[in-house]
Amino acid sequence: MTRVNLVLLVVLVACALSLVTSRHQARKLTTELSRAEAQARAFDVEFGRLTLEQSTWATPARVDKLAREQRLQSPAAARVVVVEMPEAPR
Amino acid sequence: MRTASPARGAAPRLEPPGMRAGIVFGALILLFAGLGGRALYLQWIDNEFLQGQGQARHSRDIEMPAHRGRILDRHGEALAISTPVKSLWAFPDRLEMTPVQLTELARVLETSRVALERRIAAADDFVYIAKQVPPEVAERALALRIKGLHDETTYGRYYPAGEIAAPVVGFTGTKDAGQEGIELAQQAWLGGHVGSRRVIINRRGEVVEDVASIRAPQAGRDLALSLDSRIQHLAFRELKAAIDAHRAKAGGLVVLDVATGEILALANYPTFNPNRRDGKVAPERMRNRALTDVFEPGSTMKPFTAAAALEAGAVRPDTMIATGPGSLTISGRTIRDAHPVGTLTFEQVIQKSSNVGTVKVALGLPAERMWRTLSDAGFGAVPRTGFPGEVSGRLRPAQSWRPIEQATISYGHGISANLVQLARAYTIFATDGELKPVTLFKATGAVAGRPVIKPETARAVRRMLELAAQPGGTAPKAQVGGYRVAGKTGTAHKLEGRNYANKYVAAFVGFAPVSNPRLIVAVMIDEPSAGQYYGGAVAAPVFSSVTGAALRLLGVPSDAPSTNAILPADAVEIGEET
Repeated sequence: MTRVNLVLLVVLVACALSLVTSRHQARKLTTELSRAEAQARAFDVEFGRLTLEQSTWATPARVDKLAREQRLQSPAAARVVVVEMPEAPR
Repeated sequence: MRTASPARGAAPRLEPPGMRAGIVFGALILLFAGLGGRALYLQWIDNEFLQGQGQARHSRDIEMPAHRGRILDRHGEALAISTPVKSLWAFPDRLEMTPVQLTELARVLETSRVALERRIAAADDFVYIAKQVPPEVAERALALRIKGLHDETTYGRYYPAGEIAAPVVGFTGTKDAGQEGIELAQQAWLGGHVGSRRVIINRRGEVVEDVASIRAPQAGRDLALSLDSRIQHLAFRELKAAIDAHRAKAGGLVVLDVATGEILALANYPTFNPNRRDGKVAPERMRNRALTDVFEPGSTMKPFTAAAALEAGAVRPDTMIATGPGSLTISGRTIRDAHPVGTLTFEQVIQKSSNVGTVKVALGLPAERMWRTLSDAGFGAVPRTGFPGEVSGRLRPAQSWRPIEQATISYGHGISANLVQLARAYTIFATDGELKPVTLFKATGAVAGRPVIKPETARAVRRMLELAAQPGGTAPKAQVGGYRVAGKTGTAHKLEGRNYANKYVAAFVGFAPVSNPRLIVAVMIDEPSAGQYYGGAVAAPVFSSVTGAALRLLGVPSDAPSTNAILPADAVEIGEET
């Protein structure tokens, strides 16, 4: 009887300890997760900002202005050749 | 005598020996019972306050931001985009800063010291020191460690295309809600819903446990429009140049894809900058005139009269029509041509835009028949592009037409339409008689139209329209190098009150390349007042430059030698009124 009790006690202590560790693990992982989520949000925000920056730099109006400053011009109609693709790839 | 010892002489204690200990013990028991009771009470009954306090120390409700969806053009270029920005605020009476800090703050915020001081002084209890500034600016301002200066994060909406696409895209107001244009019409699609969740944090403020998700955040969805940024820019640039050159009041330009019914460009001028709305913007600058304003289309209506006449079999393209001295009187009102042109074939009547010839043909048709063709072409009905506030224009029922009305409607007076409606109506000539639906949203492919006129009628009118855009027609300046074009001018007197004034709306609606039409371009210029006002002189050149550049941008194969276009300086258009 005593031996059974002792075994049960050991099992109980082991269970309790594993509960504590897994709880601790869970908390650590949650912290990590929330940090990763925050990072994802930050990246998302950064992506938005970069998209905005890119589209602001690349607006046709700006390209037009810069091209004019450098005296670029679109080729005259006579100097444009349009070739048709024999089979349009789908 | 021996005195008794005092101890002995004292009265012996009456209580039993265990009594004192018993009292102390009992008191202790009572105390413990009290404590235990209190603990139980707090644990089971009055637990709200303490639990609340405990949670306040380790659990937090965090707001989960959800940004508004982007508005993109057909190639994924951003037209509207949300990005987090910071606003700096303070309670003026709790704001403490040294003069040095004030100067520094003004420098960081790129404003003057005086303006900043005035701003703070003007507020009673709450003031935004700076609204919607980039996060790095806010960080630099906060780094000055000014007491009482706080920040908050919000989303700012930016429009990279600025004024060019503003009348279509619209803008958002406070709380990130759409207020005009597509931003308003598609609020439900674009808008995000902020979420929130309850978490447990440790003393370092890190989240250690997710307790419950109260509301999942829902980010807004992206929306792809049918607009092509490059064509939109082109359209805006050319329209603006023409309006400036002719000192016009306003104008609009629409580019339609014939196969899909998509609006590739929709330009308006004057317009506004949606990125700067702190100043007052006149409401008429915000309007998308091409969809929300109607005008009398004038001669751009004649092809529809021609189609009705050909459908009814009343005339053929080579039927001779005497336009005589260039005037015609119906019930006391005289209809005139700008120049008398003598006897013409019906084809030439449209080419040279003769009012008298058109009216003669129109009066040979039953009103019902003409009305049917106009109504089938979409006049008198909203074009349903998905834009808020688009209007239908006016097409009165045929029963109410008197002969004079039927006559004026045949050349585009007494009927009204918006520019998109007019451009759409021309799909029946650009295709073999099908009216295509139009949309402002990106389509997946070609859409089927509704057959409205016979293919041979469409082809005959297309031929007339090609003639009109050639020397001898009203719009040789519509020519495009390398492509065959077709189209019709309009020079309509404007209605002021009930009378026609000596003010004009110059218009041109056309399509190209004629061998396989890809684009319809409609141009409208309101009150050109620098001398020229004919549609062929004011609007046709805009059509030419936009169509040519757009076709080349889209890589459309040319269907004419590149030397086909005559030099604009040599071109002499036939004058027209209406």
